[in-house]
Amino acid sequence: MPVKEAKAAPDMVKEARHPLEKWLRTDRLPHIWCSGCGLGTALSAFLFALDELGWDPDSVVVVSGIGCAGRVAGYLRLDTYHTTHGRAIPFATGLKLAKPDLHVIVFSGDGDLFAIGGNHFIHAARRNMDIAVICVNNFNYGMTGGQLGPTTPVGSRTTTSPFGNFEHPFNLVHLAASAGATYVARWTTLDGRRLTKAFVEALSHKGFTFVEVLSPCPTNYGRRNRLGEGLDELKYYREHMVIRHGADPKEADILPGKPFLVGKFVDIEKPSYLELYQAKVRELGGE
Amino acid sequence: MPAKTILSGVHFMSGDEAIAEGAIAAGCRFFAAYPITPQSEIAERLAWRLPQIGGMFIQMEDEIAAIAAVLGASWAGMKAMTATSGPGFSLMMENLGLGIMTETPCVIVNVQRGAPSTGLPTLVAQGDMMQARWGSHGHYEIIALCPASPQESFDLTVRAFALAERFRVPVLLMTDEVVGHMYERVEIRPSVPVAPRRKPRVPPEEFLPFKPDPDLVPPMACAGEGYRVHVTGLTHDERGYPDMTPEAHDRLVRRLVDKIRLFPQEYTFYEEVDLSDAEIAVVSYGISARVSLGGIELARKAGIKAGLFRLITAWPFPDEAIYNLAQRVKGIVVVEINLGQMSREVERAVRGRVPVHGVYHAGGRIHTPEEVFQGIEEVYRRCR
Repeated sequence: MPVKEAKAAPDMVKEARHPLEKWLRTDRLPHIWCSGCGLGTALSAFLFALDELGWDPDSVVVVSGIGCAGRVAGYLRLDTYHTTHGRAIPFATGLKLAKPDLHVIVFSGDGDLFAIGGNHFIHAARRNMDIAVICVNNFNYGMTGGQLGPTTPVGSRTTTSPFGNFEHPFNLVHLAASAGATYVARWTTLDGRRLTKAFVEALSHKGFTFVEVLSPCPTNYGRRNRLGEGLDELKYYREHMVIRHGADPKEADILPGKPFLVGKFVDIEKPSYLELYQAKVRELGGE
Repeated sequence: MPAKTILSGVHFMSGDEAIAEGAIAAGCRFFAAYPITPQSEIAERLAWRLPQIGGMFIQMEDEIAAIAAVLGASWAGMKAMTATSGPGFSLMMENLGLGIMTETPCVIVNVQRGAPSTGLPTLVAQGDMMQARWGSHGHYEIIALCPASPQESFDLTVRAFALAERFRVPVLLMTDEVVGHMYERVEIRPSVPVAPRRKPRVPPEEFLPFKPDPDLVPPMACAGEGYRVHVTGLTHDERGYPDMTPEAHDRLVRRLVDKIRLFPQEYTFYEEVDLSDAEIAVVSYGISARVSLGGIELARKAGIKAGLFRLITAWPFPDEAIYNLAQRVKGIVVVEINLGQMSREVERAVRGRVPVHGVYHAGGRIHTPEEVFQGIEEVYRRCR
């Protein structure tokens, strides 16, 4: 088929900038993520949320751990901290407590936050620490080549479960809710707008908030479990997700081939760590 | 009535409490830790003191979290400290490396107890000295100070904060259970100079967050100051961006080492007692150095001219001072509560000039003056 010569783009288009570019370190692009991965969608939904919140960018801090999702911090034109594996939450805790005016967000993955960092997650949630945690869950360790993780379903194949996974996975929604998170939502990277709304809510909610983002990993998890391309995984989400706000977090298990719940599970008010601490400091007469 | 920030005056205070007060005097307003014997008095005192002076105390879920929170607080602009003992010190090694790689000023206290493993939770040892030097993975330089009294615990805590800011590095205060729990007179001056943080001198668009000043230390832009810095534990360039080349790695690691190595006069502290006419020198540190004074007294009574070289800075090791010492004496005795750690450094620095004899036990008690005396006698016999 003969290829038509492309028309020169009008000047107007040449001059146009991406509306979210101001939030990005454009000198670090292109990013390292595979095609079909959901991290780009999760990141852009996050940037739309920041845009909507309208906060001073100098007051927003993003902390990541290690892994594919851990690379998010490096692409943001903010004060960003790419810490050690699993330790994003305690690092973020120190930042927030030392400078309470900052909006502190942890953006990381399922292995980082719930295996090596699992203890930090439950304790920050228990304290109702004033940070928002975003977990992009791709059901395996992508960066290291696709090993089983704390959210890998029973029976799934990964490089370290070649005969199928023998471990039961965490239901992250249930874990976050029972550990004490005051806002818990789950969406998939199919739902850009809903994700943006959830991020806006989680970031502006007092105390410890949590958003789980289900994401395709066509290079590793998807390929080994014959889920097709990234788009096929999104199609799977569309066919299997059931939106049910306020559902019992216990019912939010994700089982291969079965319908799974998304939506807003928890949205409650509870005194946060900083609120309690600062009230006492004022009472004691400390500055 | 608002609480006093600096408790100026004369106190009867333990070494652990003196560390807590030294931190407050030095401007520390963030402390995160996990309970552990024999450190708990530091955490308990700061849990009481910090909220009253507008500071932040938090007990974390483990020592990994404690040091991570301290690094975060330092990047938020605060002077921050954590304190622990051996088992917790082991857990901190991971993020000690992050602190070194990201050049994060902070102070880490280790009140040493018997080890390996859970060892002797309530009893003294000095077995973590090599861990202090090499405990985190990779090649790096570190500063570690060893107090020998509650007063020095206060003074060296203040100094540790100053060195942390000067070199942008975590500084280790390697004390021990006996100094930590010992009560003595501690005098606190009404004001203590608070070490400033080195700040960017150019606007954000010109600022390169890991471009060093001529002394190899870069200015530090903290969170919320408008510089929008990326900080990573990965090997990085002057922009703070990951750079996975061997050249970038060598450049960065060499600078992290050299920024400390090239300025020994700023952190090398030691004390000499009765060394002017000494034939035998006892090299020691912390509580062992104090006990050694008793052994030296016994030696002098027995007609052996002995003196003390007390290491205040353990790391970087004062190679030159020890080599010079070896030119002046006939033999060296190293007294420490482990089976020979700093003595290896002494042997290395002495370069075979004089015999080096260790007086060791693994932990659980301090030396007796007699044991130190016997060690002095032994070396004296060998070098006659």
